[in-house]
Amino acid sequence: MKTPSTSTTARLAVLFAIGLVAFNYPVIALFDRAATAFGIPVLYVYIFGAWAALIALVAAIIGRP
Amino acid sequence: MNGGPAIIVAALAYLGLLFAIAYYGDRRADQGRSLIANPYIYALSLGVYATAWTFYGSVGRAAADGVGFLPIYIGPTLMMVLWWVVVRKIVRISKGNRITSLADFVSSRYGKSALIAGLVTLIAVVGIVPYIALQLKAIAGSYTLLVSHHDAGLVAHHQTVPVLADTAFWMAILLAVFTILFGTRHLDASERHEGMVAAIAFESLVKLVAFLVVGVFVTYGVYNGVGDIFSRAAEHPRLSSLFAPLGGAAGGYVNWAWLTLLSMLAIMFLPRQFQIAVVENVNERHLTKAVWIFPLYMLAMNVFVVPIAFGGVIHFGDAGADPDSFVLTLPMAHGQEAIAMLVFIGGLSAATGMVIVETIALSTMVCNDLVVPILLRTRATYVAAQKDMTRLLLAIRRGAIVAVVLLGYLYFRLAGEAYALVAIGLISFAAVAQFAPAVIAGIYWKGATRAGALAGLSAGFAVWLYTLLLPSFAKSGWLPASFVEHGPFGVELLRPYALFGLAGFPEITHAMMWSMIANIGALCVVSVMTRADLAQQAQAARFVDVFRHADGEHALPDWKGRASIPDVEALLARFLGRERAQSALEAYAQRRGFRSLRELPADAGLVQFAETAMSGAIGGASARIMVAATLSEDAPSMEQVMAMLDEASQAMAERRELEQKSRELTAATEELRAANVRLTELDRMKDDFVSTVTHELRTPLTSIRAFSEILHDNPDIDTAERQRFLAIIIQESERLTRLINQVLDLAKLESGRAEWRVVDVDVPAVVRDAADATGQLFSAKEVPLDVRIATGIPPVRADRDRLLQVLINLLSNAAKFVDAGTGRVTVDVGRDGGNVVVGVTDNGPGIAADDRAIIFEKFRQAGDTMTGKPAGTGLGLPISRQIVEHLGGRLWVENAPGRGARFAFSVPACADGSTAVPPAEPARVR
Repeated sequence: MKTPSTSTTARLAVLFAIGLVAFNYPVIALFDRAATAFGIPVLYVYIFGAWAALIALVAAIIGRP
Repeated sequence: MNGGPAIIVAALAYLGLLFAIAYYGDRRADQGRSLIANPYIYALSLGVYATAWTFYGSVGRAAADGVGFLPIYIGPTLMMVLWWVVVRKIVRISKGNRITSLADFVSSRYGKSALIAGLVTLIAVVGIVPYIALQLKAIAGSYTLLVSHHDAGLVAHHQTVPVLADTAFWMAILLAVFTILFGTRHLDASERHEGMVAAIAFESLVKLVAFLVVGVFVTYGVYNGVGDIFSRAAEHPRLSSLFAPLGGAAGGYVNWAWLTLLSMLAIMFLPRQFQIAVVENVNERHLTKAVWIFPLYMLAMNVFVVPIAFGGVIHFGDAGADPDSFVLTLPMAHGQEAIAMLVFIGGLSAATGMVIVETIALSTMVCNDLVVPILLRTRATYVAAQKDMTRLLLAIRRGAIVAVVLLGYLYFRLAGEAYALVAIGLISFAAVAQFAPAVIAGIYWKGATRAGALAGLSAGFAVWLYTLLLPSFAKSGWLPASFVEHGPFGVELLRPYALFGLAGFPEITHAMMWSMIANIGALCVVSVMTRADLAQQAQAARFVDVFRHADGEHALPDWKGRASIPDVEALLARFLGRERAQSALEAYAQRRGFRSLRELPADAGLVQFAETAMSGAIGGASARIMVAATLSEDAPSMEQVMAMLDEASQAMAERRELEQKSRELTAATEELRAANVRLTELDRMKDDFVSTVTHELRTPLTSIRAFSEILHDNPDIDTAERQRFLAIIIQESERLTRLINQVLDLAKLESGRAEWRVVDVDVPAVVRDAADATGQLFSAKEVPLDVRIATGIPPVRADRDRLLQVLINLLSNAAKFVDAGTGRVTVDVGRDGGNVVVGVTDNGPGIAADDRAIIFEKFRQAGDTMTGKPAGTGLGLPISRQIVEHLGGRLWVENAPGRGARFAFSVPACADGSTAVPPAEPARVR
């Protein structure tokens, strides 16, 4: 184990940036409305969905050999 | 329902189980079969992040503002994306530097500053106290709720009851005792607590299961799923506004972003998170699993928060119960006592896990970074007198644990009632967030200096105190309420919640904005305005470039440098020799891109280079100690010095021995080479000699043979002719005999086998004898021989016959080379100091300067021997020189005045003899 492979580091950094954007204004404002999806407010659906997606992507990136 | 004793028994049983797990974990660790050496335990133990705040408080927050609780978990999730990059670096640095706490980490980065360590510890303790109060409030509240079974919520009547009758107080004492049992049973040099980690991981499972159970119960037992809850909430006037809460709330998105940032920092810099994630980390690889398991854990922990919160509000109405206790009151309201009990245990898990790890981490910091440094400075003799430091350290830590927990209780009594759980926790988050600039800059920016870090930490902490802690005291009545409402002394501009008129933000966001500006600003400005000393530069390089060294362990030794180029050069020269040290340093300078040694900075890299260079000479360990001893202010310990001396002296002895042998070998080689040269020369001379002698012998032999054949083949040759030929044969035979005699003579002289009869010899007498002996040669050529003898010639110690031989040789030579008729030869005898000098001067052709050396060599004659017929054997002068030198004198040739040559020799006179010996009877040799 030497330095983290640059490609992994770069991917993680990009994912981090995507996460910052996804969970902040203005993107989050798009879902900050009274509408519902599957009977659940879209804001909650979006946040938990994006959250799960983020976790899956981290696992996928870090799990690469 | 549940009586108090039953709950207490359950709680104690649960704590007992935890202790058993911890005990088992420690046992396994001692046996070397670590229970926690797998990534899942590591990830679960990170779940200590979820405390009573999460367990009870999230629901309360969600009931108040919908998604407002989520940044606390989204922030860590985002941070986990970078976990592998950032925290792995921190882990690597900590392992390489044997760092045992956050305070240790920060101070180590800034040159092991005790001041910074103390400041970090102070901030951590002060900042965490409200957080511990939160846990006490939650446990005490949930207990009260379960026992009294009324819906008063978590607001206990603690301010009306005396301390000793307060559940929270006894809970605090219990937790303190328990933490002492967990964390300070023995002292571990690495500050790792495997058993505790195992117990914490177990607690994480318990609280997750408890929360999921109550979540499923509320969502599917009380209501008909998530959709049902939201559709009912949509009809609720306040809850429906929480479907899209961000845009409408004060500073909604800004607040959201700041809370996300705040919890991103908290997940790294809460002392308990640092303890679990960094100090207790067994293997870096565990991070790869943790980065997705831990966020998943948080996600699972939060899925049911909103349904429970909304369900609670729908069930109890807005004013019914404290939303912070919905997880407990909802099952109780529906008669699910088992679930209520499980929730209580889950909450207990969340709270105890936090208190145990947090106080252990804090006690390590208080002990190592606050109390011990102060003790060492003020009570050094007392510390030195301690036989067993371990007991002292353990006592300090136990005291620290009790103190921290009791401070938490104090804060709980003072301010606990005024705040919801989340609000208290956020105050602590904001405090530990102050560590972020110093740490992040510390591992990515070498230019961050100790002064900068101190300034940043102090400024951030001061702003935090002013905008969060003091107002919380004001709310509890310790400070006048006007302090918050109108500012100190009525200065509106300084209102703690609207500093400099910045109003319209929640207090946490407001405090974070100002404290981060102050903290980062002070850190950057002061860092660029101050210079880091060498010790700091070394640490900075070690931290920032931790991945550049293949092996973190092999980083620089701790040194507070006062290294200079001459120091390093002198040190290297001592072990490598001046020239090698010089050339090695120059090569290093060039590799670093400097033109000369002068431009080389005396930085950490140079010291590292010096250490590596010396390792080869005195071994790695000694090199490190030597570097530390010579180039740092830290004196090495006695053991180190002894070990160093031992190793170094052994190495030096071996070195000296080797050098001695090498010198001897060189000398022997030199002798051998010289001998070889001499032998080769002798061999060549022998060959020359043999070939020359052979040549010289053949010449007369050829003549003898030629004339003998003529006589033999011509019997009728006339008598006169025959006589002439026979005369030649006789003459050549004589020459041959003479040659052979001389060769034998020379061989005898050279080998030292010649016999010498050394007596007192009167030189003038010998000269006269020689003149008589050679008189015939001169008179035949009609050359006058002039003999001039000075008066008072002392006798010399010599072999008379040999001396005569020399003189005859010189005189016959002179006779040979002068022209008949016009020639003139003079023999003179005189004194030169202690020597008797005899000279033979002729007016012949003289000896060219080039020939003066060679005429004394065997068979060499002056002039062109190819054309001129040799007039002698070529052995006379070499023999003469041998004789004279054997007698302690010397023989030389010089130009005679005018034309011709002067051969002269000197022989030392007798020491006592200034009077001439009586002339001896002339004796003849040959």
